[in-house]
Amino acid sequence: MHELSICQSLMNQVEQIAAQRHASSVISIILGIGPLAGVETQLLKNAYPIASVGTIAEDAELIIESLPLRVKCNECGTESDVLPNKLICKKCGDWKTTLVSGDELMLMSVELECANDGEQQETTENMDNIVDKNLH
Amino acid sequence: MCDTCGCNITHGNERLIKPGGKLEKTASGKEAVTVLHSLLHENDHTAQHNRQHFDQHNVLAINLMSSPGAGKTALLETTIQQLRDDPKGKDLKIAVIEGDLETENDAERIRKYGVEAIQITTGSACHLDAHMIHQALHNLDLSNFDIVFIENVGNLVCPASFDLGQHSNVVLLSVPEGDDKPAKYPVMFRSADLVLISKCDLLPVLDDFNAETAKRYMHDIASTAPVLELSSKDKTGISLWLDWLMQQVAVRKAWLEDHPEIVVQGNDHHHQQHHHYHGKSNV
Repeated sequence: MHELSICQSLMNQVEQIAAQRHASSVISIILGIGPLAGVETQLLKNAYPIASVGTIAEDAELIIESLPLRVKCNECGTESDVLPNKLICKKCGDWKTTLVSGDELMLMSVELECANDGEQQETTENMDNIVDKNLH
Repeated sequence: MCDTCGCNITHGNERLIKPGGKLEKTASGKEAVTVLHSLLHENDHTAQHNRQHFDQHNVLAINLMSSPGAGKTALLETTIQQLRDDPKGKDLKIAVIEGDLETENDAERIRKYGVEAIQITTGSACHLDAHMIHQALHNLDLSNFDIVFIENVGNLVCPASFDLGQHSNVVLLSVPEGDDKPAKYPVMFRSADLVLISKCDLLPVLDDFNAETAKRYMHDIASTAPVLELSSKDKTGISLWLDWLMQQVAVRKAWLEDHPEIVVQGNDHHHQQHHHYHGKSNV
């Protein structure tokens, strides 16, 4: 049941982003999760109300995008949609493939209700700075 | 993924970012912030910090993972004993970080061999995370060691998701568990840099286990990790594991020789003397 700890980590990130933007609330959170992320989408959804209670994102909608599982064959170069325990090339059958997509466990975006409407903002967060401050 | 150069935009998520995708700017009065960070960003960052500490002290860190009872502690006991008898291994200094939900039992088993062991009891948490390892490193003077083994909580699911700062993942698959475990737990077995089929002394009585089948399932998940067969009890195959281990030590040392700026000179940079702020650990 590591979905709860992942959800708590998500809440930390969302709270930091919301605080930086002086948001009054969080409307929605979009995650992108691949089949090889090692996370059960339904368990994450179940954990979300527990992790978000009392936070700025308590009423936010959690949207989870399931990302496709694709590999590229190292031998013939063909890309195939595959199953989590069968990552072999569908064309030539070779097992030496490289994952193109499918292990993502990603916070894609956060939709915020902001008090100061219209202000131009950077579109990408630099979370490293925030985490660095916490660690050192 | 690095979170800086755009390599976190994959075939899987780029359709969401393109015009018309779900992550495009939202209605006025609201702001859509594109983040594209791993949900485990905080853990991964601490893991990288741990890895730097290992590197600064020229320490190889190995994360041992398996289901409960696959023989991780027994493997460590045998490894400690066999290295002492090995002309190339006898000078390697080892420390162990043990992860379990409860008890100090595994750390005590290791300490009987005169090896320093730190026990992390996770309570109800099913895995170790980078913050727990970071905390443990405060009680370990890394300048005294060549290899730190991290024995993760016995579990084939959750530990696979959490980078601890290790250099290699070693996953044990014991004979009684069955040869199809890589097919059942692809995320865990894909994370392996080495798979050890343990308790091979039981093969004569558990003859439905076929090591070749396990290797075929490893190929099915596109893993190039070597698969070794061994027994901590009768010592079969242990020399192959020790060879792999000493090769990893050599690879680390060679890498660090090429990056002399990373290694700490003398004793002027102990992790224990750092001033860190510690956020609460994710459990």
